[in-house]
Amino acid sequence: MTVGLPQYLVVSGVLLALGLFTIVTRKNAVAILMGVELVLNAGLLNLVAFSRFGGGLDGQVFALFGIVLAAAEAVVALAIVLQVFRAQRSVDASKASDLKE
Amino acid sequence: MTDPVVSALVFYALATFTLVAAGFVALSSNIVHSAFALFATLFGMAGLYAFLSADLLAIVQMLVYVGGISVLVLFAVMLTSGLDDTRHSNSSTRLAGGIAVLLAVTAAAFVAASAVPSGTESAITPTTALIGDALLGRFVLPFEVVSVVLLAALLGAVTLARGVKGGDR
Repeated sequence: MTVGLPQYLVVSGVLLALGLFTIVTRKNAVAILMGVELVLNAGLLNLVAFSRFGGGLDGQVFALFGIVLAAAEAVVALAIVLQVFRAQRSVDASKASDLKE
Repeated sequence: MTDPVVSALVFYALATFTLVAAGFVALSSNIVHSAFALFATLFGMAGLYAFLSADLLAIVQMLVYVGGISVLVLFAVMLTSGLDDTRHSNSSTRLAGGIAVLLAVTAAAFVAASAVPSGTESAITPTTALIGDALLGRFVLPFEVVSVVLLAALLGAVTLARGVKGGDR
């Protein structure tokens, strides 16, 4: 019962699947962003796991940059969602098809 | 980490916690519950990072994701959804497609992971000093570029959220 690389890859794969499920099924744009966060976290877990089992420290540095970029992405995306909500009183991603009123 | 049974138990507890919380994010019909489940998922991920002996990354995950992004998501949820319809605020469509994606990716993950060799665990060392060295050594260019990206994201978010000056809101 030792925990090796495959176990982490399975956890990351299931997390990726749940994130994709969220992205595919949700209508609310904020919920879709939550799915994107899950997918990003799945990728980062892979990087850190590979860095732990045999890789050097580069995976962790890369994951650090990934976290920073995810933060930037979340901030800009949520600002856009807020602006779409102001313009259309709804955050339904399938209704938000106009760039301008 | 010395006892393989204990460390395996800790790992499976953390992994179960993370994945159950992620399942709540994906399946809850109340978007506020989804947001809090995302909080728990990110917390569990920080635990997994700590278990992978990525100590700095676990702390950064707590600060940036748990303390920052999930609070931001919570703000966005509460600013954009009327509180009367929260119980069904997270309506789902295309469930068949979603379940197909879920099963396909999960199966692919199991197949791919079973082909990966178990790997050898490297010795546990504190990584903070080493990552600091790497950031100001080999990775100094991406480090500087990412600060510009953060500044651009900050200005972009403020500009977007303020709206057009004098325009109709």
